[in-house]
Amino acid sequence: MNSIQLAWKIRRHGIEMTHLSGGSHIGAILSVADIIAVLYSDILLYRPQEPEWEGRDRMILCKGHAGAAIYAALAESGFFPVEELKTHYQNASRLSGHVSHHLPGVDFSTGALGHGLSAATGMAYSFKKSGRKERVYAVLGDGECNEGEVWEGALFANHFRLDNMVAIIDHNHMQAMDFCDNTLEWGDFAAKWRSFGWHAIEINGNDHAQLHAAFAEAAEVKHKPTVIIAHTIKGCGVSFMQNDLLWHYRFPHAGWEYECAVHELHKNKPTNVEDPYTPEGFPCPALPNSEEQDDSDHTTSLTWKPSYPEPMRRTGHGYIPQ
Amino acid sequence: MRDTFVRTLVDLAKQDSNVELITGDLGFGVLKPYWETVPDQFTNAGIAEQHMTSMAAGMALTGKTVFTYSIGNFPTLRCLEQVRNDCAYHHANVKIVCVGGGFVYGSLGMSHHATEDLAIMRALPEVVVMAPGDAVEAAAATRAIANLQGTCYLRLGRGGEKTIHKELPNFTIGKALPIGEEYETAVDVTIFSTGAILDIACETVALLRQHGLKVAQYSFPTVKPLDTDTICKCAKQSRLLVSIEEHNIVGGFGSAVAEALSDMGKSPRLLRCGISDEYCIRVGNQQFLRDVYGLNAPSIVEKVLAHLA
Repeated sequence: MNSIQLAWKIRRHGIEMTHLSGGSHIGAILSVADIIAVLYSDILLYRPQEPEWEGRDRMILCKGHAGAAIYAALAESGFFPVEELKTHYQNASRLSGHVSHHLPGVDFSTGALGHGLSAATGMAYSFKKSGRKERVYAVLGDGECNEGEVWEGALFANHFRLDNMVAIIDHNHMQAMDFCDNTLEWGDFAAKWRSFGWHAIEINGNDHAQLHAAFAEAAEVKHKPTVIIAHTIKGCGVSFMQNDLLWHYRFPHAGWEYECAVHELHKNKPTNVEDPYTPEGFPCPALPNSEEQDDSDHTTSLTWKPSYPEPMRRTGHGYIPQ
Repeated sequence: MRDTFVRTLVDLAKQDSNVELITGDLGFGVLKPYWETVPDQFTNAGIAEQHMTSMAAGMALTGKTVFTYSIGNFPTLRCLEQVRNDCAYHHANVKIVCVGGGFVYGSLGMSHHATEDLAIMRALPEVVVMAPGDAVEAAAATRAIANLQGTCYLRLGRGGEKTIHKELPNFTIGKALPIGEEYETAVDVTIFSTGAILDIACETVALLRQHGLKVAQYSFPTVKPLDTDTICKCAKQSRLLVSIEEHNIVGGFGSAVAEALSDMGKSPRLLRCGISDEYCIRVGNQQFLRDVYGLNAPSIVEKVLAHLA
């Protein structure tokens, strides 16, 4: 399966898993799907039948809340049956909302933000010390980079010249409550990493050609760790989820939300990919009804409508541009 | 005790190139013998305990046996979630070493008093918690945890503690160590202690014996897993049990003993000696602060006699 096909599968599984489970974070699952797909299709060395194989590359999804993307990639890569994906969030399942290493193919459990990069540096440092060739990949969120530990790890990785590790930041520009720049302004994000000594590559992280080129470039970098700042779109692939913070929380409910999401994915389905859930898609999906009220939506209220984009509010109080 | 730990670790590291020591930028002088002997197995992670701990887990998961080293609360409370999620949950071979359990860094102030660490570390599933009582226990504990797969916490004093044991050839994690005679018949009081307050426990025993009491004594270098067999045996033959720790009275060693007793049904009264659930606002060295908080032999003897009266 090529990376485009795998990315589509991750998106389709992500929609299904959150739809069935009522789980959150579909926006993040869709934004990171292309990064994960390229990693598992073409970059990482692994043996699905031998998940503990010592010579495997290590992969840490630091932003553990996008766990469904990893589960889909692992299942499609042969680590466990695709059928198991439907158990996501369910009682007695192995697929918790945030990734756990009690599942074959997961090298490190995450869910508390900020730990993953440091764990990855520990692995990369250990490989360097022992003269081992395995490489380490860590996928972070941009909001996650608010955590101080990320920058502790960034200092360390540069100090010990860990050129056997690559951090990829799923820079979808949104975090739990708002845009990143409305929360804690990043300014020139790449410059921050460069000032920490990292080789920084900025790309469109939903573009597979750019992702492949970035990983190829990272493989050639010596004496520096590499960070790929992958500008992505939260909710990428489903128009009504894109750049809307609502979909950090909301799951695709039965009816128009689920049907339109599947329908949109089918419009861009690569060749030779089967949809295991709705093989024909929804040629005539249900459509949203403006009269419709859904009481199960906990993310909106009379005073709080998380519909974006909205203007920068950080300096808004007392300052009115003339 | 601190230097004994370092000497023991140097031996272990020389024998096994997978042993690694990471410091959070502390141990100047103390760790010198280590980094001079095995420089390739030493790392200063900087003043970054959270990173140090996550990184140690990452190293451990690729086959290393990693000791993280700092003082007071820095290797534990500062990075508690990293210990929990990254080390303990992964059953990672990380050995967390704290120098300065209790009031060791007395005059440095409250920030440097490790007085809740045993309770907090003990609450983490699968973490072995050790607080050796003297240098001999410390050497044995260091060797024992190095050979145990999984996450361990080792709480050390600083140095200058009185050496109580001559040797401990049969040291086992989870086994209490009798100090002096082990009784098979009824005794008045049994004293349990953990950590470097062992010397105070010994003084207490000596004073109680001067009062004509029959007293048994055990040192508990392992707080978790707790030696419940010894506690049960002593509970059956003692009029009063006493636990002594340089630690808050809530959740630590005495609480662990109380938990063990609660599983027994009928048991004698347990007198728990420790810091009575307050932060230290006094300035002074370890001995001074122990006195202030009643952690000296005369104060404990007074409480024991009152209970027996």
